[in-house]
Amino acid sequence: DEKKARGERSQKRDRGKTAPNKDQKESENKEKKTMKRGKEGENKQKKDRKNSISSSSNSSDEESLSEEELAMLKEQVEQKKKLISTMRNKPWRMVKKLSVLREAQDFVEKFEGALGKGKGKKLYAYKMMMAKKWVKFKRDFENFKTQCIPWEMKIKEVESHFGSSVASYFIFLRWMYGVNLVLFGLIFGLVIIPEVLMGMPYGSLPRKTVPRAEQATAMDFSVLWDFEGYIKYSALFYGYYNNQRTIGWLKYRLPMAYFMVGISVFGYSLMVVIRSMARNANESTADGDDDNFIFSWKMFTSWDYLIGNPETADNKFASITTSFKESIVDEQESNKDENIHLRRFLRVLANVLIICCLCGSGYLIYFVVKRSQTFSKMQNVGWYERNEVEIVMSLLGMFCPPLFETIAALENYHPRIGLKWQLGRIFALFLGNLYTFLLALMDDVNEKLAEEDVVKNITHWTLLGHHNSSAGNDSTVTPRPLDPADVPRGPCWETTVGIEFVRLTVSDILVTYITILVGDFIRACFVRFVNYCWCWDLEAGFPSYAEFDISGNVLGLVFNQGMIWMGSFYAPGLVGINVLRLLTSMYFQCWAVMSSNVPHERVFKASKSNNFYMGLVLLILFLSLLPVAYTIMSLPPSFDCGPFSGKKRMYDVIQETIELDFPLFVAKIFSYVANPGLIIPAILLMVLTIYYLNAVSKAYQRANAELKKKMQMQREEEKNKRNNKANTNPMLQDLEDLLTPSTKTESPPKQAEDKKMESPNGTSPVGKPGRGEVLPGSPMANSRGAAFTSPSQVFVTQPRTLGIRAPYPGQPRPWGHPLRPVPGRGRGQPCYPRAAR
Amino acid sequence: MFTSSTCSLLRDQNTVLGVTGTTFCPEQFMNQYFQLFFYCLFLLVYRLHGRYHEMAPNVVPMDYTKDPDVKLPMQLIINMPELKENPFKERIVASFSEDGEGSLSFNDFVDMFSVLSEMAPRELKAIYAFKIYDFNTDNFICKADLEKTLNKLTREELTDEEITLVCEKVIEEADMDGDGKLGFADFENMISKAPDFLRYSLGNQVYQQKPF
Repeated sequence: DEKKARGERSQKRDRGKTAPNKDQKESENKEKKTMKRGKEGENKQKKDRKNSISSSSNSSDEESLSEEELAMLKEQVEQKKKLISTMRNKPWRMVKKLSVLREAQDFVEKFEGALGKGKGKKLYAYKMMMAKKWVKFKRDFENFKTQCIPWEMKIKEVESHFGSSVASYFIFLRWMYGVNLVLFGLIFGLVIIPEVLMGMPYGSLPRKTVPRAEQATAMDFSVLWDFEGYIKYSALFYGYYNNQRTIGWLKYRLPMAYFMVGISVFGYSLMVVIRSMARNANESTADGDDDNFIFSWKMFTSWDYLIGNPETADNKFASITTSFKESIVDEQESNKDENIHLRRFLRVLANVLIICCLCGSGYLIYFVVKRSQTFSKMQNVGWYERNEVEIVMSLLGMFCPPLFETIAALENYHPRIGLKWQLGRIFALFLGNLYTFLLALMDDVNEKLAEEDVVKNITHWTLLGHHNSSAGNDSTVTPRPLDPADVPRGPCWETTVGIEFVRLTVSDILVTYITILVGDFIRACFVRFVNYCWCWDLEAGFPSYAEFDISGNVLGLVFNQGMIWMGSFYAPGLVGINVLRLLTSMYFQCWAVMSSNVPHERVFKASKSNNFYMGLVLLILFLSLLPVAYTIMSLPPSFDCGPFSGKKRMYDVIQETIELDFPLFVAKIFSYVANPGLIIPAILLMVLTIYYLNAVSKAYQRANAELKKKMQMQREEEKNKRNNKANTNPMLQDLEDLLTPSTKTESPPKQAEDKKMESPNGTSPVGKPGRGEVLPGSPMANSRGAAFTSPSQVFVTQPRTLGIRAPYPGQPRPWGHPLRPVPGRGRGQPCYPRAAR
Repeated sequence: MFTSSTCSLLRDQNTVLGVTGTTFCPEQFMNQYFQLFFYCLFLLVYRLHGRYHEMAPNVVPMDYTKDPDVKLPMQLIINMPELKENPFKERIVASFSEDGEGSLSFNDFVDMFSVLSEMAPRELKAIYAFKIYDFNTDNFICKADLEKTLNKLTREELTDEEITLVCEKVIEEADMDGDGKLGFADFENMISKAPDFLRYSLGNQVYQQKPF
C-alpha cells in the first residue's frame, strides 16, 4: 500500500543521499583513528558480535559492511537519535525541524535494525508519558493547595489593588483567626462541651439558677444585651461551673481540666507566636540575597502566561503596577540624599514632641482615674462625672493618632518604617487605656471580695436555718431542700470580670463595624454620588475617599486579642465570640476595602516578615498574662461559684489531683521539683542557654552579611571582566579573519533567514551541542552582528558555562574542515535515557 | 481514519513538539501502552489542528496531506482565548510567524504551542522570550523596548519619570557588557536566575480560575 511504497522511496533516496556522506565521514574518521583506536577497539568487537546475528537476517547489503563501517554507522545512528531527541530544544522553524527530523528518522529506521537497537522504546515512551502526567498533576496539586488556603484569593485581590502593606493586615487577621480557632477548639472541646453533656443540668444548683429576684426580667432583651439574666448563668461564664471533682460516667475531672485549659491557652499562644516569629525571621534572611534583578525580573517574568480570563488579567495588571510602584518607592528612598543634619534634628524634634504628647496623655489618664475614684465615693454625681474616664479615653484615642501622624511627617521616614513608628506610638498610647481598664476592674474585684465575706455568713445561716426549721417542723418527712433560686448568693467576682470583658469585646466589634460603615462606606457613597451636584470636587478635594488605616486596624486587632486572652479564663465563651468576629470581619473588611477605599498615595511594600505585628502580639500577650496570673495566684476564688469554689487558691486543684489521683512517689517528686534549690539553677541554666544561642545567631548573621558582601563583589568583578572582554572582542575577531581566510565556506542560502536565532550547530544536522564544533569562518563572522550573535549562540547550548569563557567562534583551528563532533563520545551510553533530559 | 500521510505528519509533529524523543510507526503499536500513547499524541495535534481550523473554517482545509500553503492573519490568532488577555499577544504571534508580519501557517502555529507548552525546555523559552520583548527586532532589548514592555505591563499607569527610572534600573541590573542595552547573553543570564520563569512564564494552559 501507499505507506510501504513511500517508505521504499525514501529508503532509496536515503541511500543515495547518505552514500557521499559516508565517504566523507570515513575519510575524516581516518584522521582521528590514531587517537581513538585503543578505546574503540574493545567496544566495537563486543557490539559487532551482537549485531552480526540480527543484521544477517535483516538485509543482504548490510552483510557486506566491514567492521569499521558498522561502527561508523552506529555512531551516525546515535547522532541522529540524539538529534531527534534534542530536536525540540532547537530554536528552528517548524518546517526546518520537520525536514531534518524526517531525514534523521528515515536514517535511523533504516539502519537501526542492522545495529540491533530499539529496545527500551516502549519503556521510554511510557516514561515520557508519565513525566508529562506528573507535571500536570503537580501543577493541579499546586493549584489545589492554593485553593485550600482560606481567603487566599480575596487577599491576593486586595493585594493587587492596595499593595502588600494592606494585604499584610489581612494575612495577620487570617493568622489570628487560625490561632483563635485552635483556642476555641481547646476550650469548647475540653471545658464547655463536657460541662454541658455531663455536668449537672440547669436549675439543679444555686450557681446554675437565676435568682428569684431576677427571674422576672431574665429573658428581656435589654437584660440579655448586658449579658445578665440567663446568659450570666450559662456555661459561657466561670460561675456556672461546679466544683464537683469528677463529672459523668467518664469521671472527667472538670476543675482540673478548666485550670489546665486556662494555662494551655496561654502556653499555646506563646508557643505559636514565638514559633511564627522565628520562622518569619528565617524567611526574611533566606531570600534576602537575590535582590540583584528586582526590576528586571518584575519586567520580564511578572506576567503570568497562564491567565485566560479578563477579570484575572485586570487583577494582574493592577498587581504588577502596584508592585512596580512599591519598588520605585523603595528605590527613590534609597537614592534620597539631602541635609542629614537637618533630618536628624527634625527626627529628634518629632520624637520629643511625641514623647511630650504621650506623657501628657498619660498624666491626664492618671489624673482622671484618681478623680473618678473620689467621685465614686460621693453619692450624687452627674452623668459627666460618672463617665469622665471613658470620655477622656475615647477623645485621646480619636485625636492622638492623627496628631502623631502629622508629627511623623516631619521625620520623613520610608513609609514602611514610618508605619512601625506609628504603630509603636499608638500602642504606647493605648497602654494607658488598658491600664485604666484594669485599674477599674481591680477596684471592682476588691469591692466584690469584701462583699463576699458578708454574704458568705448570710448564706451559711440561711441554709442552716432552713435545715433546722424543716427538721423541727415535722421529722417524718424528709426535709425539702431549699429551692436553688432562693439561696442567697455571693457576688462572684470572676463572672463579673468575665462579663466585663465580653461586654467590652462586643462593644468594640460594634464600634469597629459602625465606623467602617459610616466612615468608609457612607462617605464613599456621598463622595461618589453627591459629587455631581456640589460646589467643589469632592473626590479630589476635602472629604475624598478614605484610605485603609493599617495602623489603626492592626492595633485594634492586637488589643482585641489581648482582651480575649485576659477574659477567656473567666468567660470561656469569649473565644467563640471572637472567632465569629474575626470571621465576619474578614469578609466585611475585604468588601469595605474593595468597595470604598482608595490605595495609599505611596503604595509601599510590607516588610517580608510580619514580625513587627508579631512582636506587638507577643507584648500584649505578656501584658495580658500578668493580670490573669495575678488573680489566679493571689486572689481567693468565690465560695459559691466556679470550679474552684471552696478552695483557698485556684491552683490548689493541682495539688489535690496529685495527692488523690497519683501514687505517692509522684507527689514526692513534685515537692522536690518545686524546691527553690532546684528552680533557681534551672532558671540560671535557661538564661545561659539563651545567652549562648543568642551569641550563635549573632555570629551566623555576621557570616551571612559577609557572604552577601562577597557575592556582591564577585558580581561586580564579573561585570568588569565582561566589560574588558567586550572591548577586546572585535580586535580578536579581526585577527581571526586574517588567519583563516581559506576556510570560508558558503552556507546554504536557506539559513540566512533563520540566522538570528540559529545556533551554529544548526548548520550541520548531525551537529552536537558542545564547545568543540563551532564553524570557523561562517559568513556571519565578519559582520558586526557576529560580535553578539556568536557568544549568544554558545550560550544557547551551554547556558551553564557563562562564567567560564567559551572559546570564541571563528578561532583558528588546526583542521581545515568544520569539526565533527568527537566520535565515540556518546558511545557506551544508550541514547534514550540521555534524551529524557 | 488514519490515512498513512496524516499519520506520518502526526508522528513527525509529535516528535518535534517534544512529546517523544523516539521514532515509531503504526506497525509497532502492538503494545497497549503504545496504543494509548499514540492516541494521546494524535489527539494533541488533532486538537491543535481543530483549533487552527475553527478560526477560519473556509480557509484552512481539514486535510493536510498535500501540505497546502495556508496562513492565518494575526487578527485571528490573537483573539484566541489563550492569547486574548496577554499584553504581548501581537509580539508573540509576530515572533513565531515566519515572515515576521504576524501571519501563521499551521507549522508556525504548532511551533508556537510547543514553545509555550510546559514541557518546553527553559533555554528555548528564553530565546523566544527574548524575541518577544525585542519590539524593534534589532536583536537587542534597548530602552525603547523596555518602555514599551513596561507600558504594556502596567497599562500606562506609571508616570514618565517612573518609567525612566525603572528602565534605567533594569539596564543597570542586567547589562553585563556595559553597552547600555541587553543582548541575548545578558537576558539569558538574568532570566536563568529568576525563580518564577520556570513555573509560569510562557506556559499555555488556560485557567478558568485565577491562578494565584
